Parts: sequence; C-alpha cells; structure tokens
Amino acid sequence: MEALISSIQPFAPYVLLLPFLMFIFLGLTSFRISGKTAGIIGTAGFSIVAIICYYIAIQYFFNGGEVDGVYQPITLFNLEWLRISDTLVISIGFYLDPISAMMLIVISTVSLMVHIYSFGYMFEHGHYDEGMQRYYAVLSLFSFAMLGLVLGTNIFQTYIFWELVGVSSFLLIGYYYTKPAAVSACKKAFIVTRFADMFFLIGILILSYYTQTFDFNTLNADNAALVHEKMSDIMLCGLPLTSVAMFLIFLGGAGKSAMFPFHIWLPDAMEGPTPSSALIHAATMVVAGVYLVARLFPIYSFEAPNVLDTIAYIGAFTALFSAVIACAQTDIKRVLAFSTISQIAYMMVALGVARIGEGEASLGYTASMWHLFTHAMFKAMLFLCCGCIIHCVESNEMSKMGGLWKYMKLTCICFAIGCLAIAGIPPFSGFFSKGEILSACFENGYTAIYICMTFVAGLTAFYMFRLFYHIFFYEDPDYGQHKPHDQDWKMSLPLIVFAVYTCICGFFKFGDLVTADLSAIEIHTNWTVEGISLTVAAIGIAIATVFYYKKNNIPATIMSKCSGFCHAASRRFYIDEVWYYITRSIIFKIICNAIAWFDRHIIDGFMNLLGWITNEVSDDTKDVQDGNVQSYAWIFIMGVIIITALTLYL
Amino acid sequence: MDYSNFLIMNHEISLVVVMILVLLADLFISNKKRFQYLAIGLFAIHTYLSFRWNIGDAESFGGMYITSDIHCFVKNFLNIGTFLVFLFAFEWNKTKNLSHCGEFYFITLSTLFGMYLMISSGDFLLFYIGLETASIPMATLVAFNKKEQDSPEAAAKYVLTAAFSSGVMLFGISLIYGTCGSLYFFDVMENFTPSPLHIMATIFFMAGLGFKISLVPFHLWTADTYQGAPTPVTAFLSVISKGAAAFAMFCIIVKAFANYPEAWERFLWWIIVITITVGNLFAIRQKNLKRFLAFSSISQAGYIMLGVYAATPQGMAATVFYLFIYMFTNLAAFGVISSIENKTGKLMMNDYNGLYDTNPKLAFVMMLAMFSLGGIPVFAGFFSKFFIFASAMQLGEYVLVFIALLNTVISLFYYLLVVKAMFINKSETPIAKFKSDPMTRLGLIVCTLGILVLGLISPIYEYIQSISFGM
Repeated sequence: MEALISSIQPFAPYVLLLPFLMFIFLGLTSFRISGKTAGIIGTAGFSIVAIICYYIAIQYFFNGGEVDGVYQPITLFNLEWLRISDTLVISIGFYLDPISAMMLIVISTVSLMVHIYSFGYMFEHGHYDEGMQRYYAVLSLFSFAMLGLVLGTNIFQTYIFWELVGVSSFLLIGYYYTKPAAVSACKKAFIVTRFADMFFLIGILILSYYTQTFDFNTLNADNAALVHEKMSDIMLCGLPLTSVAMFLIFLGGAGKSAMFPFHIWLPDAMEGPTPSSALIHAATMVVAGVYLVARLFPIYSFEAPNVLDTIAYIGAFTALFSAVIACAQTDIKRVLAFSTISQIAYMMVALGVARIGEGEASLGYTASMWHLFTHAMFKAMLFLCCGCIIHCVESNEMSKMGGLWKYMKLTCICFAIGCLAIAGIPPFSGFFSKGEILSACFENGYTAIYICMTFVAGLTAFYMFRLFYHIFFYEDPDYGQHKPHDQDWKMSLPLIVFAVYTCICGFFKFGDLVTADLSAIEIHTNWTVEGISLTVAAIGIAIATVFYYKKNNIPATIMSKCSGFCHAASRRFYIDEVWYYITRSIIFKIICNAIAWFDRHIIDGFMNLLGWITNEVSDDTKDVQDGNVQSYAWIFIMGVIIITALTLYL
Repeated sequence: MDYSNFLIMNHEISLVVVMILVLLADLFISNKKRFQYLAIGLFAIHTYLSFRWNIGDAESFGGMYITSDIHCFVKNFLNIGTFLVFLFAFEWNKTKNLSHCGEFYFITLSTLFGMYLMISSGDFLLFYIGLETASIPMATLVAFNKKEQDSPEAAAKYVLTAAFSSGVMLFGISLIYGTCGSLYFFDVMENFTPSPLHIMATIFFMAGLGFKISLVPFHLWTADTYQGAPTPVTAFLSVISKGAAAFAMFCIIVKAFANYPEAWERFLWWIIVITITVGNLFAIRQKNLKRFLAFSSISQAGYIMLGVYAATPQGMAATVFYLFIYMFTNLAAFGVISSIENKTGKLMMNDYNGLYDTNPKLAFVMMLAMFSLGGIPVFAGFFSKFFIFASAMQLGEYVLVFIALLNTVISLFYYLLVVKAMFINKSETPIAKFKSDPMTRLGLIVCTLGILVLGLISPIYEYIQSISFGM
C-alpha cells in the first residue's frame, strides 16, 4: 500500500493541473497561434495526462491497490479550500478507488482519441476550422472538469466540477455559434441540466447540513453509519429525509445523464461538432449521473433502498421510451443520441436493482460499471464513425446516405462491430455487460423490469441495424463529383483503437476489479437469460435486415398501418412541447410576471428611493467641504466635543 | 541593560540602514537614474530580508516596544506597498524631479519608519513619537511638487490639521497619564476605570488617530490633501499611512482599552456608520479621480473600522486581511491614474471616456480595481469584505452590518461610474494610446495578480488568523 502511494503520488497533481494549464494557455494565446499549433499542443499535453492516468489506474488495480482482497480507497492529496465549520470543509483532492480508477481509463482514452480525431475532423476544404484554438481550449477545460469530477474527494468538489462540465458542454454544443440551431441547443442543454442541478445542490445541502460533512469517505464509511445516525429518524412530509435528499441528488444525476423527463437536451446537443459529441454526449459527461449514484451507493443501498427502486423504474421507462423514439429518427446522430439515453438507462436500471449484500445482490453494481466502460468505448466509436460519414456526405440525414460500404470499408467494419456490440452479440463487449445487467434484474426479482429491458435489447438491435443498413447498404443517393472515401490516419486510428477495445474488453474479469463492497465477486453467466436476450437481438437484427437491407416498401406499409404512433415517435412523443408549455404558459406567464412586477416596483423602487435620498443628502451636505482649514478645525473640535457629550450623558 | 533585545527590532534597524545608505548614495551618485535603481533595489532587499526574519513574540525596553508575528506581517505588507509605490513613482521622479529624487526616497522611508514605531509601540509615548515621525515628513512629501500651486496648499492643510489633531491627541494622552499614572499600555489597561475623565481621554486620543485614518468628522483634510499631493504620495497616504494607523488603533484598543469596551464601543459604532455613509455621499459627486478616490478611501476606512470595532482575533484577522487586499486594490487604481497623469496630465473622470478603446490593458486593471473596491465576488475585495462583515456579525451587530451592506450598494454606483466611463462612454478626444514604463507595468502586474488571486488562496487568510490576537 505504502509502495503504491509513493509510486503514484508524485504524478497525481498533474492529472488535474496539466489540462487546466492547457486550457489557460490555449485560451489566452488563441489569437497568437494557429489552429494547427493549438491542436498539436493540446493533443501532446493530453497524451501526457493520458499516460499518467493509465499508469495510476494500472498501478492501482494490479499493483497494490488490493489489501486482503479488498480494494482500498486512497486519497492522494486533499487541499483544503474553504473551512465552513470544524468538519464541514470544501477541498479539492484526488480520490482513488476502483470506480474512479476505471473512469480515469475511460476519460483519458476517449478524450485522447477525440483530441487526435478532431485534428482530421476540423480540417475541411483544405484548411483548419477558424475556431480550432477555442475548440481545443474547451476540450482541455472539459477534460480537466471531468477528471476533477470523478476524482472528487467530497461531494462539493464533485458539484463544482459538475457545473464546470456543464459549462464546457455548453461551449462545445454552441461551437458553431453562427448556426441558430446550435445556439438554441446549447442554451437548452445548459438550462435543462442546470435546472436539474438545482435539485442536486438542495440534496447536497440537506445531506451536509445533517451529517456536517461533504467527504465521501466519511459519508460512505461503515455502510453509511453516519447518515443512519444523523438522519434516519427525521421525516419530511411523511417521507424519510434521507430518501428525499438522495432522490434530489439523483435528480441532478438524471439531468446530466438525460433520464426521463430531463432527456430533452441530449438529442439537440448533437448540434456540436461530432468528436465532442463522442466525448461528452456519449462516453463521459452523460454517465456522470450514473457515476454519482455509484459514488454514493452505500448510502443509497443502506439508507434509501426505496430511491434505488425508483431509479430502476425510471431507468426502465427511459430505456423503453427512448429506444422507441430511436426507431423513428432519421438524423443519424439523433438515433445515436437516443440510443445513448437508452443505454445509460440500462446502467441506471442495473444500479437500481443492486444492493450491497451477499450473493447476486451487488451484481447490478458491477454490471452497471462494466456497461459504462464498454458502452463508452463502442458508443464513442459509433459517433466517430458517424463523424467520418458526415465529413464525407456533409449531412446528418439518412436519406442522403446509402451504399457507403463500397466507399468506406474501414468505417463500415468499425460501425458493424459497434452495432453488434450494442445489440449484445458475442464475442463483443456489449454482450457481456448487457447480459449481466439483465441477469441482475432477473435474479434480484425485478421480473417486470427484466422483461422490459429484454424487449428494449431487441429494439436496440433493430434500430441500430436499421441505421447500419441505411448508411451502408439500402440505396445509393447521388454523391456527385466527390465520392466518399475512408479518412486519413488521424481519423482512422481512433476507430481502430476503439474497435480493439470493443472486441476484447468483454473478457476482462470485471468482477474482480469493480464491485459495490470493493472485494471481488464471482460473475456467473446465466445461460437462460443470455439465450433469451440473444434470441431477441437476433430477431431484431433479422427484422431490420428484411426491412432495410435493400430498398423495399415493407416499412412504409407498416408505418401507414400505425401512422399516428409512428408520427408521435418521430416527434419524440411531444415531450419537448410539454416542457415548452410548462415553461412558457405556466412559469413565464404566471410566476415570472408576478416576480417581475415585484422586482420592478418593489425592489427597484426601494433602490431608486435609496438613490434619490443619497443624491439629495449628498447635494445638501457638500458645502461642509468648503476648503477652509479653519472650518475643518472647527468641525474637528466640535466633533470631539459632541461625541464626548453624547458618550457621557446618553 | 540587555542589549540583545535590540535585535528584535530587526525591521527598524534594517530600515534605518537602508535610509542611511540611500542618503549617502544620493550625495555621491551623480547619475540619478542609476541612483533610483539603487534605492529601489536596496529597499527590495530590505523587503525580502524582512520576510525571512522570524522573531516571534518579544518585547524590549521594558515593554515599550512590542513585536509578534502579526506585527511582522503588517510591517512586511507595508514594505510591499511602499515598494509598489516606489515602482509607480519611478517615472514621475524621472520626468519631474530627477535632481532631487533622493529626497523622495529618504522622506518616504522616514515616514515608513515612523509607522513601524506606531505599530510596535507598547507605550503611548513611543506611539506618539512614531505618529509624528510618520506625519511630519509626510507633509514634505505632500508638498513635493513645490512649483505647482496645489501641492503646497495641500501640504499646508495637512500640516495644520495634523498639528491640531496632535494637540487634541496629546491632551488625551495627558489625561490618560494623569488618571493612570503611567503610559505603558498594560498599566493603562489595569488602571482603566469608566470614569468620565477616562472616557474623555479615550475620545480625545482616538480623535487624533481618527485623523490619520480619516474617519468622519476628522476627515476634512483628506480630499484637499489627496487631490493636491503628487499621485504616488496620495497612493502612499491612502494605503500605507492609513493601514498602519488602523492596525495601530486595533492594537491599542486591545492592549490598553480592552477592559472597558463600553467607553469606546458606542461612539465607534456611530463613527463607523457616519464614515461609511459620508464617504459614499461625497464620492458620488466627484469629478476629479484623486478626489474621488479620497472619498472612496474614507468610506473604505469605515469598513476597516468594522473589524477594529469587533476587536476579536477574528476581527484582527479580518482587519489585517482587508488592509492587505485594499493595499493591492487601491494601489492598482493609483498606478493606472499616475501612469496616465504622467503621460497626459489628465485627471478628470470624463477624460477617461473611451479609455478601453485606446488602452485596453490599463482600462482592464482599473476595472478590476473598481470591482474589487466595490466588493464584487471572485475578486479579492469581495472576500475581504466578507470576512470583515463576518467578524462584525459574530458580535451580533446586525444593524451595523446591514447599514454597511446598504452602503456597499451605493458605493457600487460610483465605482461603476468609472468603469462606465472607460468602457461605454465615447469620447471625441480619448487619451492617446501609449505604453507605460516597465516599472509601472511591473507594479500593475503585481497588483492585478493580488486582486485576482489573493482572495482565492485560503492559506493566506488562515495564516493571518492563526497569528491574530484580540480581546
């Protein structure tokens, strides 16, 4: 243990420091250096960070993080920033345990690949994009914020970085700020997630008010004994306070992880550059909510199991809901966005059905983290493939694509691997992780959820292969002079790296590394569950093949039979409109108008009154300062005498 | 007598050595440009060395001279402030009074020496000597631009009021001596009784100090003197002189008057309220930036007194931290003003219209200074105000803090007027684009860093808190 700490401690600060300095540097020098230089500096800098992250994670997992079969959480450093009371301290630190080590791998891999890939993506029509310096600066900011989030030693640090992640996501979605769609998308993403974060903050305040600490170690210690002692017998409106607080915290996570009904921002967020969508809106930031629940899992499991059940049901509904919508979308990035929502919902479901305990109880936790890992890799790959395609075709619409297999072999193969993985076909990684999630639902007795999730697995296979066939087979549109082609190495290398990850990481013994109680668990494969899910996936793929391999009129016929439903699905079941109605008609009209009146007349009125009084008094008294030393002395001595008199006689 | 105790006066001894060296160098070095570098360099060495001395709690001359970690900290930051003033004065010395700039350095250092004694005194007599050592050379500094009309007038006003206030203060001290039979702080503390004579003595004494800190109603000299004095001297007056006096007042309250707070608490409460308010009311109408900053500094003095009023260790930490931040902030503002004055001679607020278009960096520094003075979050000024309010809140002084907060709102108005002039107002004849000299730039960079960073680095405040003392 000591050896481990001393071997990684010297490098730890650089994980946060380097991306931050890179952001400052690239941000400040953005007018002085060319886009290419900015890209090279950004990528080179982040490669160092990635190497350090890998080194720390590997050392931790395989070289001493485990003592007596239990992974020990380590705080590598913890700088105190603000001391509110003796125990309530906001600090910035580096907390290493299995899930944060795993996240280090995920973030550094995806972010580095995106850094490299963006080089190619931002090069169009023979020159680099004008805002490339800004792009790389914000990428560095995002990497810094995301690393800070997962490494947080206390919930407040996580919250601070949580907001920073939100800001960088906002900046990247709005990267093409001359496009009105991008501008409204970034506002929407920011406002929706910020709205959810408000609940998160309230949750943090409740939790820390009663427990008097922000520290994860203290909160989670001894099966959340502190929370049990301080909060278990307090009720709020008939609900246990712990559950309320933990549910509010989950709502913050639901905002970032796009759970129903906060999912509306994610599909629109696809207006950002595709590599940043791969990084932020597929692999890292959107799983922050899952990570948050996993981080506080002991409290959820022991003190608020009812919240976990709620999470499971919300997750299952979101998974089904967004999978249905994904079947009806025509923009390829939006299909992937809805599939991301659906897959994150899988992770949430897995956490929701898990408990810390004997036997299969905690399987869901491991499965969730495993799916987080595998999903990050294959979804990032799918997005990057989309990036290659969009780069060639210069459109996101399926109707502008088709028959690309002939032109883009490498992209097609990688995309196929991604589709097979997400559909849960062995031996790709998605099969293993998704299988464990389904087993966890099944074996912990959540049969309804299990059935729902199995059905969603079939839907997933269907819509992914619908996408695949639409892009690569189906029917050739007119590509004109510019025939599509595979991209150069900068854009191909990341695809290959992710493809390799997708092929092999199903065989990792994840149960040994990442578990709810930090000691290894044995993962059995439940062949009944696996068999059923495989069959369902195969059916989904088969239907997709029949419908979309070659252009035919079967889908059109079916859609005309249930046009109402299909139309609703393609309009995303009007959830956006519901939100618009709520914000415009209820919040803006009724609440905001009243507040605005109060602000304009009462608050401003008071301030104007203050200003008027100040002005008048100032005007009346200015003659005191007349420039005569005699009168100065007079006022001086009168002041002394009056003060003396008042003090003595009052 | 044990002479080894002399060595605890390290700061003073080293400063005297620097003063003598500067005086000699002034005689023998005919190249005054080189002399300026030498003088600043010598003082920089003194500043650096004084950071390294770790003296701890000690006293000498039978308790007449006291020092501790916090005394050293305050002296150190006065050093930094003086150093920054020297940087800002460099160009002014070079263009306006190169032949006699040696006097400027020597006199400034003498006043600084007086402030050291004020801070470290353990006896009213030494305190008075320190005060006068700081005051009298100050008058010559104010009159430094002797060819111009404003400067001697300002000096005359200063010296007359100073003499007057010294008289009042000495009267107070003599009453204290008469009732307590001793001038040592600890004797006064023991013999203090709430008799009317004593209360009167306290008030007379504090009135004299109030003159130095420019508290209302002893503030009237401030505006005229600040306006007439050369800008670097004004900067020195508003930051270093005021800081030393405020800290000395804190020490004396804790060491000599702590036993019977009722004697001074009530009138101090009113003085604070009046000072903050009057400073604000007058600042609103000012067109001349130096006069404007004079009233702003009166109102700031009121905020500083909030910490003094608390007189707890918390209050001392807040006061010292406030002074520390205020030093960087106000010096940044004066640095900008003095560099513009040197180049163009312009001092009025509407001369600054459109400054952002021509000199964006200077406008930016000025904006930071104004934001920090106004206490807008993220900048250091917010944190210093926060701590000072917190220390008053701890005593339950909600009304006082509320009035202070209201005044913060008013003060924002006039601080933002400057920002508005620079960024929004357009001008037909803006200040031409120019490059300020390297010394000023160095000083401004240091101040900017101070404004941006100091509030966020918590160890500084915690260090101050760990060495503070109080009632």
